[in-house]
Amino acid sequence: MSSNGNAAAPFVQVKAVSKWFGDLQVLKEVSLDVGEHNVVCLIGASGSGKSTLLRCLNMLERVEEGEIVVDGQRITHDKIDVNALRKKIGIVFQAYNLFPHMTVLQNVMLAPRKARGVSRDDAEGRARQLLGRIGLEEKADEYPDRLSGGQQQRVAIVRALAMEPKLMLLDEITSALDPQLVSDVLNLVRELAESGMTMIIATHEMGFAREVADKICFLDNGRILEEGGPEQIFRDPREPRTREFLARVLEAEKMS
Amino acid sequence: MHALHEVLHAFFNLHSFTLAMPDVWAGFQVNLKMMAVAEVLVLVLALAIAIVRGLPGRGAKPFRALAIAYTDFFRGTPIIIVAFFVGFGIPGLQLGYISSRSFTTYGIVTLTLVYTAYVTEVYRAGIESVHASQRAAARSLGLSYAQTMRYVIVPQAVRRVIPPLLNDFVGLQKDTAIVSVIGVAEAASLSQQFSTQNGDFPSYLVAAVFFILITIPLARFTDHLVAQRERRERAQAF
Repeated sequence: MSSNGNAAAPFVQVKAVSKWFGDLQVLKEVSLDVGEHNVVCLIGASGSGKSTLLRCLNMLERVEEGEIVVDGQRITHDKIDVNALRKKIGIVFQAYNLFPHMTVLQNVMLAPRKARGVSRDDAEGRARQLLGRIGLEEKADEYPDRLSGGQQQRVAIVRALAMEPKLMLLDEITSALDPQLVSDVLNLVRELAESGMTMIIATHEMGFAREVADKICFLDNGRILEEGGPEQIFRDPREPRTREFLARVLEAEKMS
Repeated sequence: MHALHEVLHAFFNLHSFTLAMPDVWAGFQVNLKMMAVAEVLVLVLALAIAIVRGLPGRGAKPFRALAIAYTDFFRGTPIIIVAFFVGFGIPGLQLGYISSRSFTTYGIVTLTLVYTAYVTEVYRAGIESVHASQRAAARSLGLSYAQTMRYVIVPQAVRRVIPPLLNDFVGLQKDTAIVSVIGVAEAASLSQQFSTQNGDFPSYLVAAVFFILITIPLARFTDHLVAQRERRERAQAF
């Protein structure tokens, strides 16, 4: 249910969004709807605009043209309370970005305590429970550099979940991981999808995208060139560029 | 050879060295006090100015400019000139309370003004060395700009700049001798007095020994921190 009372409206609406870095246009009139409890995967080559689109959605980047509405709130409006908006949207980055000077537990507790005013005991209880869910409860008092990449990334996901977001943005979260560590992270995302979390996922893991996505968007050169259900995109892409991209990726997967 | 013998005798005379000890020690306690107070003030003020210098947005522009002007002025002015300004200027203003402080207080003010400018730059380098992704991670969790600085950026920055910061403190400790020019009765000026009265120089040696004795532990401690960090970073690389 979106908070504006209009249950029919998609949870996320991106309307003709354009963005430039200097002279370079990195997003070209991108439009995208994401329904509540849906999972949308963004695929495309590096530099196609996937990450920038995600960063625009929680206002880490400024949108220059167009409009984004999340949960009935027009976030591209000047007077939006950015901090309040971000409490509803979790984002997980490729490089985990855990806080290296804090223990795992402190990483997970920080935002609930400081941004939402949850009491120390409640925040700690919730953090330990979440860490238990990913099997890392005994790592609670370790510093991040003592954890493997896969463990760090799962902590980063849990850190975002501790804010009880309504939307999760995952930005190529397995790209920096050794292959044998990828599956633990993807399993956690799969669980999230099953629990009904609304997610937008930028990924290079095609098999995973095909399995969890309700909708796939192929980005090419700052544009959503093609979107559709996973079966349609992977079996029968309409656009030659999509076909080309998928062929190249599948080739690379075979080689590795 | 005779001249060298004379000089050596004038500096290294154990009897005179022992005689000078109590006077110079009394003065050195003033140096210790100035160091301690100035260092605490510098740690706090420099961090505040470094943060102001990094404030985002157009509204903060005048504050940023003020912070830049401050560091430019006090890094560019020789400390002895600042000492004259503070030590002779402030009493001359006849501003009641602030114009009737002791020489020691004006010494502390001088040291604080100058070293805050240096240490501001040290902090600033530390703040800028924290990767932008840390800021993005904190902000995306809903933490405000101030909370992000307080809990995520500044703690990491301070840890990184402790060695260069302690290095500046070695300089500050020695410069407590310079503020004797405005009349602070500290170790250097008292050793000079003793030397004039006795017609020899071991009192200077006494002062030198005191300064070295408190500088060496600080220098070794700094080395230790640097070595510790290197070990840790090497351990992470494997």
